[in-house]
Amino acid sequence: MTLPMTSKAFDLAIVGGGIVGAACAWEAARSGLSVVVIERSVIGGGATAAGMGHIVVMDDSEAQFALTRYSQQLWQEIASDLPDDVEYEECGTIWVAADEEEMIEVQRKEVFYQERGVAVEILDAAALRQSEPNLRSGLRGGLLVPGDSVVYPPCAARYFLEQAQSLGAQLRSGVAVVALSNDGVKLSDNSLISAGITVNATGSWSPLLTPGIDVQKRKGHLLITDRYPGFVRHQLVELGYLKSAHSISSDSVAFNVQPRKTGQVLIGSSRQYGVGDPKIEAAMLSRMLSRAAEYMPGITQLSAIRTWTGFRAATPDKLPLVGQCPGYDRLYLATGHEGLGITTSTGTAKLLIDQLLNRSSAIPIAPYLPSRVHQEAIHA
Amino acid sequence: MPDTVMLTINGHPVIVPDGSSVATAVAISGAMAFRRSVHGEPRAPLCGMGICFECRVTINGQSHTRSCQIVCQNGMDVQTDE
Repeated sequence: MTLPMTSKAFDLAIVGGGIVGAACAWEAARSGLSVVVIERSVIGGGATAAGMGHIVVMDDSEAQFALTRYSQQLWQEIASDLPDDVEYEECGTIWVAADEEEMIEVQRKEVFYQERGVAVEILDAAALRQSEPNLRSGLRGGLLVPGDSVVYPPCAARYFLEQAQSLGAQLRSGVAVVALSNDGVKLSDNSLISAGITVNATGSWSPLLTPGIDVQKRKGHLLITDRYPGFVRHQLVELGYLKSAHSISSDSVAFNVQPRKTGQVLIGSSRQYGVGDPKIEAAMLSRMLSRAAEYMPGITQLSAIRTWTGFRAATPDKLPLVGQCPGYDRLYLATGHEGLGITTSTGTAKLLIDQLLNRSSAIPIAPYLPSRVHQEAIHA
Repeated sequence: MPDTVMLTINGHPVIVPDGSSVATAVAISGAMAFRRSVHGEPRAPLCGMGICFECRVTINGQSHTRSCQIVCQNGMDVQTDE
């Protein structure tokens, strides 16, 4: 399709100034569209601020791989332009295997990544210990993915939006959107912003504006320490993560720690469904830190300076919703990124604007189209 | 029993009355700063009661330790930011 030629104020109104909305705005602006971003609070203040900022290539499905790989390559293309406060660092990921069973998973992952052109390296127990001296002894090994990286997501979102603004995009912040319609966006002050296409990029809040889409809130806790340079050198993720994070019904925690460029250690992760209250839950936090201490006993000696929570936007098949919303001509979705939104923001922006401008995409878009869920619902 | 303890501050021996805080020992050691801020400014104790975190030093290898809250022990190794 091409954008409808209308008398609307903007070609595109993007609701939600998280990293996904900001990335979409940048891609839209550099593709020549007039765009406005509406953010009720601050840029990158929602799930963006509650993400670790781990730019990671995932292997749990072909579609997940394709989007994360494409997105990571887009991050690498802009890496040298990112301002210092985005704290981009290609520290790599180590998937940590605790036992022989998880080491078999390491070997499976090695093959998966190598077959698809991603550089990886198997670490035996000694190599793992040498790479990360603060891991406990007795771990079996790991898989190093050197191309993975880390960013500070709120500043990345701000940078994306600044780039969009330098190309003419506008920002309306501090005002909430109360309704989406074919005419555009209705704001809490009763004014209307008219736009040819509206994009719902409000993460875990997206069903409030577009009822019926299958996006659930999934709560997470994070904790950050004072500065201990060198304590952790790579993003470390336990392989048990795959089992626990995929459990849809129950709360889970996983060992997932990250070195920040500042020397701080960012500690995750927890996942909870059905909790709408953002308060910090001592029991969940305690479980999460206990899990971290099982892998890195010395972590208990570090001083924590802040802990917080956020809500990821989870979909049933773990893939985001990127494209036209079923039943609406001019409403598009860019939501449902769950724990991978920082990584996949860059790819999402390309795939969304490709659809709006009828451009071909670098990867097949079908797995991310909102209509896939819709069709399943019809045929169920 | 001696009523003093000896510890090292940045490698230099310092003798203080038993029961002194590490912050006291650092203060009399002549160290230029307890710590440096993120932007390199010298910092020293402000509150003296464990709230402001300005007096942090490294004690026996443990960084970010509040020196005003720790009593000097014989043989303690204290490092400050120069």
